Amino acid sequence: MNPPKATDSFFKTFCLACACLIGLLMLSFFVQLFVNSSEAWREFGLGFLFSSEWDPVAGKFGAFPSIAGTLLTTAIALAVALPLAFVSALYLTDAPPAIGRVLSQAIDLLAAIPSVIYGMWGLFVLAPLMQNHVQPFLTETLNLQAVPVLGGLLVGEHGFNGFGFFTAGLILALMILPYVCAIMRDVFKMTPAVLRESAYGIGCTKWECAKDVVMKYGIRGLLGGVFVGLGRALGETMAVLFVIGNIMDVPAALFDSGTTIAATLANNFAEADGLQRSALFALGLVLLVMAFGIQVFAQYYLHLTSSKRGERS
Amino acid sequence: MNTIPKISAKNLNFFYGNHQALFENNLDIGANRITAVIGPSGCGKSTHLRTYNRIFELYREQRCEGEILLDGVNILDKSVDVLELRRKVGMIFQKPTPFPMSVFDNVAYPLRLHFKKTRSEIEDDVERALRGASLWDEVKDKLSASGLALSGGQQQRLCIARAIAAEPEVLLMDEPTSAIDPVATLKIEELLLELKERFTIVIVTHNMQQAARVSDDTAFFYKGKIVEFSDTRTLFSNPKSKKTEEYITGRFG
Repeated sequence: MNPPKATDSFFKTFCLACACLIGLLMLSFFVQLFVNSSEAWREFGLGFLFSSEWDPVAGKFGAFPSIAGTLLTTAIALAVALPLAFVSALYLTDAPPAIGRVLSQAIDLLAAIPSVIYGMWGLFVLAPLMQNHVQPFLTETLNLQAVPVLGGLLVGEHGFNGFGFFTAGLILALMILPYVCAIMRDVFKMTPAVLRESAYGIGCTKWECAKDVVMKYGIRGLLGGVFVGLGRALGETMAVLFVIGNIMDVPAALFDSGTTIAATLANNFAEADGLQRSALFALGLVLLVMAFGIQVFAQYYLHLTSSKRGERS
Repeated sequence: MNTIPKISAKNLNFFYGNHQALFENNLDIGANRITAVIGPSGCGKSTHLRTYNRIFELYREQRCEGEILLDGVNILDKSVDVLELRRKVGMIFQKPTPFPMSVFDNVAYPLRLHFKKTRSEIEDDVERALRGASLWDEVKDKLSASGLALSGGQQQRLCIARAIAAEPEVLLMDEPTSAIDPVATLKIEELLLELKERFTIVIVTHNMQQAARVSDDTAFFYKGKIVEFSDTRTLFSNPKSKKTEEYITGRFG
């Protein structure tokens, strides 16, 4: 056997270096955010996470409104987008080829629209729509405000101006819909034909076959799609910034204005220094940890349930 | 055959788009008998079987003409409830197709789908179905394990248990042992002989010994046409058609 050529071992080292770079990058994000936010952590400790104060003059900063806003808008986005993506993907898998191809391409194109466009659309179309039609319908026609508890959870004491968590959540839902739908469609297409046939063969309807067999078979891929959507909704900045209202308030009602971590960062970095800058870095670290934590949890959960589904782990 | 047929195909034609796959098939399937369908690859035997539960309708380009009478009712008629038809006419496929759920749930699934039953009734019925498929003793300690964790032969018997749990009248089997080792195949063949006491069985097979071993009647398909149909012993010992004789003596196939 000939000794390995020098170029070959060089290539191998090169590949290794590139691979290491990815890990290094990840690590350096954490380090950079942590170092820059150390002042804030020293000042506020873990109480930073639960404090709702944000007063640059007094030098008091708390992350809770941003964290809660992020979680709420993401939850709304998922609640709206996932069922829609699921049924659209189901239809696309079974659609007549002509319609299916056109719709599939439309969905792929939707995914290519920059988020700032979604934000502008939200500002100029969705927010006025919410303000002029949806809100009057809920409060005047249905008189939901009069319903105890529920009314308060929908419309807060500040009233409703078209901006806020719900509008932001809707925009996010529209934005992640094409991603999630495209992934789910590909997962459904991977289900073996004979498995679907055997579901229909014992008398399943389309819906029963989809929810009991196709979904269970592709659960790993489907959850992958969910987490892609979740990750995008969590960190999305531009689309949210336009319609969230940008008030540092803890969400009290669905239609309240508020903020998210990403929106807070984008709004405040330009004129921040000293402790405020450090507090913003701390928020950034929180966001990174949340996104990272979700990925780790997803992997762990899939590993945990893989034996139940009979896959080799 | 001197009894009234359970299934009776009349002038059956089948098309994949513009390609005709079955030509004027006429076949009577006797109740509580095992009817084997044999023939070379691509002769239409699976296609013929797949009309009995209208599973071909999942595919837009596939089309069927003629009549299939199940107890005298034309099941190709649009007014027939296809879900109820598929409960009555169960199907076993070439590859075992356990659902991605536990052994228990695989068998309980059709029960929950078609019948309103209490939990203990379902448990009883699952056990009965698994016993009926000669699988109970092997899986009674791992009912909550995934159906996909069983061996190939066990998976196929699980699918049989799942099919008979729906209390069907007919079982369609599309080369049920072709993906399974010889020992497991023998087990399934023994099982078939038990099952025919309760069900009418139609089995597509490319294994002529299997047809000869288990079936009461045999139909020989060639190029989409039924060349010969008679009781199995006659067909194998004294075939009328030259083509049948050539096939069963292994001169082509």
